[in-house]
Amino acid sequence: MTDTSTPSPPRDSAETVPSKGRFGDRMFLGLSRGAALTILVILAGVAVFLTAEGIPGITASPDEVKSGKTFLAFVLPLVFGTLWSATLALLIAVPLAVAVALFVTYYVPRRLGHTLGYVIDLLAAVPSVVFGLWGMRVLAGQLVGPYAWLEANLGFLPFFGGPASATGRTILTAAIVLAVMILPIVTAIAREVFRQTPVLLEEAALALGATRWEMIRTVVLPHGRSGMIGGAMLGLGRALGETMAVAMVLSASGVISFNLISSSNPSTIPANIALQFNEASGLTVNALIASGLVLFVITFAVNLAARAIVNRRKEFSGARA
Amino acid sequence: MTTTAPPRPQRDDTPVRGRGWQQPQLPRGTSWYALALAVVVTSGLHAGLAIALLPALLAGWAVIGIGYPVVSYAIEGRRKALDRLVTIVVASAFAMAMVPLVSILWTVVKNGLPVLSAEFFTYSMRNVVGEGGGIYHAIWGTVLITAAAAAMAVPLGLLTAIFLVEYGGDGRLAKVVRFLVDVMTGIPSIVAGLFAYALFVVAFGPGVRMGFAGAVALTVLMTPVVVRSSEEMLQLVPHELREAAYALGVPRWRTIVKVVLPTALAGLVTGITLAVARVIGETAPLLITVGITDSTNFNLSDGRMATLPVFTYSSIMSPGVPPEPSIARAWGAALVLMLIVMVLNLVARLVTHFFSPKDKR
Repeated sequence: MTDTSTPSPPRDSAETVPSKGRFGDRMFLGLSRGAALTILVILAGVAVFLTAEGIPGITASPDEVKSGKTFLAFVLPLVFGTLWSATLALLIAVPLAVAVALFVTYYVPRRLGHTLGYVIDLLAAVPSVVFGLWGMRVLAGQLVGPYAWLEANLGFLPFFGGPASATGRTILTAAIVLAVMILPIVTAIAREVFRQTPVLLEEAALALGATRWEMIRTVVLPHGRSGMIGGAMLGLGRALGETMAVAMVLSASGVISFNLISSSNPSTIPANIALQFNEASGLTVNALIASGLVLFVITFAVNLAARAIVNRRKEFSGARA
Repeated sequence: MTTTAPPRPQRDDTPVRGRGWQQPQLPRGTSWYALALAVVVTSGLHAGLAIALLPALLAGWAVIGIGYPVVSYAIEGRRKALDRLVTIVVASAFAMAMVPLVSILWTVVKNGLPVLSAEFFTYSMRNVVGEGGGIYHAIWGTVLITAAAAAMAVPLGLLTAIFLVEYGGDGRLAKVVRFLVDVMTGIPSIVAGLFAYALFVVAFGPGVRMGFAGAVALTVLMTPVVVRSSEEMLQLVPHELREAAYALGVPRWRTIVKVVLPTALAGLVTGITLAVARVIGETAPLLITVGITDSTNFNLSDGRMATLPVFTYSSIMSPGVPPEPSIARAWGAALVLMLIVMVLNLVARLVTHFFSPKDKR
């Protein structure tokens, strides 16, 4: 690139550039390219080592592992729990996040909106173990009453069929904690998308007499649809892999059940690993690592889809959070 | 906002005004009166009639969320009523999002503050049963493991970012690396922990626990964050600066070291600080690679270490008998952890604020 801008004589003077400089350049290029290649190696390593340590767990016979089941029977309820809790979290978090993003972007003065955005970002700074602590010691207790009410009044729905948990540590509680945890990233991306709405279109809608909501409905939301979907899927990726909050909040019993408020709940892959790993030995460890591999594949697929959707909206930095 | 603005004076001359083209409107500030009424209803039901907080809040919300739009519908018509309803819904959503944040901060400070004492910071849990003891060992474990992770992730991430911005351009390798960094950002923390464990099992045999394995797991989580932020910062460096250096005959690597990096320094430091803040609270990978212990251990390559997040977790999950002192210590450790993360975030913001070039923001 630099060569093209130099006039003709330096062509052979390029040969006479002090070899020290050339050596330094080569070394620096080598170093930085080496670092980039290391990233490749690390990711390949993650896949290779998980597979290598996981395969004995997949092929282990039922009486060699603690769960006493084949790998498929062991992992399927966990996959169900992982997807179910993450979906619930998404159902709670996305409408809330979109509404919050609309509020800080269109309903308060710009400076105040910035400050409120920071405040929401504070949630992202809370360590997950603190979320877990809060969910299990504070939130679960607060939800016992509402769960009993749900059972009494909406018990005919399969979701709220009793008996309601006496501790409140149910899959719905875990999903609420997860929703709070993914709220900042979904909000951040929604804000970024809304900020990119062409101002001229917004002003045109208002000038035609649209109320603020009509402007949002006809201009902002259609413009931001794919960005919001991508943001939601990134949030889904986070919720799928979140470990500690679920491990601490949920009292799990490894069933497959859509019941949201009972005391027998499906566990999730990451929470199950965290809870079992330190007492496990032998092939049980390998089975847990194999379940981690399954989780890796699921989150990989979700993130890939999310990136594809987000990147369709050309360059935009909010997705990089 | 635009709808409630008073009509401009020159509109008085427009002929249509006489035909009553303007719909009747609720007077300005009605929203605030409605809000005040909702607050009065809520506090009246809760304090006056001793109704539980949740139903009282719902009743209060009904005043502003249902009553106010209905009034608006009767006077202003459907469109404005809908607009007001959405405003209320959106504002309520924000208030709802604030509830967990405030609740978390409040409970952690309330339960954690009484625990903090000189003893809490200077004692480990060795031979402590019941009350007493502290997080000395956990603080050291967190500092050492995070420092080791940063020592690996920062050079790796920074050099990768330099490659992407200065050398890679739009080449094949750069594209692949950018994509893989994306993938790496999405690795669940527990999977990073499993990877580190699987790696060390190959070297040291099953059941291995050591601080260094935790540092490797954190490196996997931290590197993509460093690459991301550094890449963005390096791209902000004006190209003219590089060209000026080349024109003076400065070799490319010296240009990077002497011109590009110093220019982007504030941004780089901010990004790295935020990356540290992100991994310092990671619990899951440390739980399965480093474990927990009661004693102080300064050796990253020798057995279990205590860390603040795992200490918090194990204090609450297996509190022992009696449980109360252990649970109190968990809150204390959670408070310390949150303070560390907040301070790191604050430092990052201050660095950006004071040291970034003035023409930006």
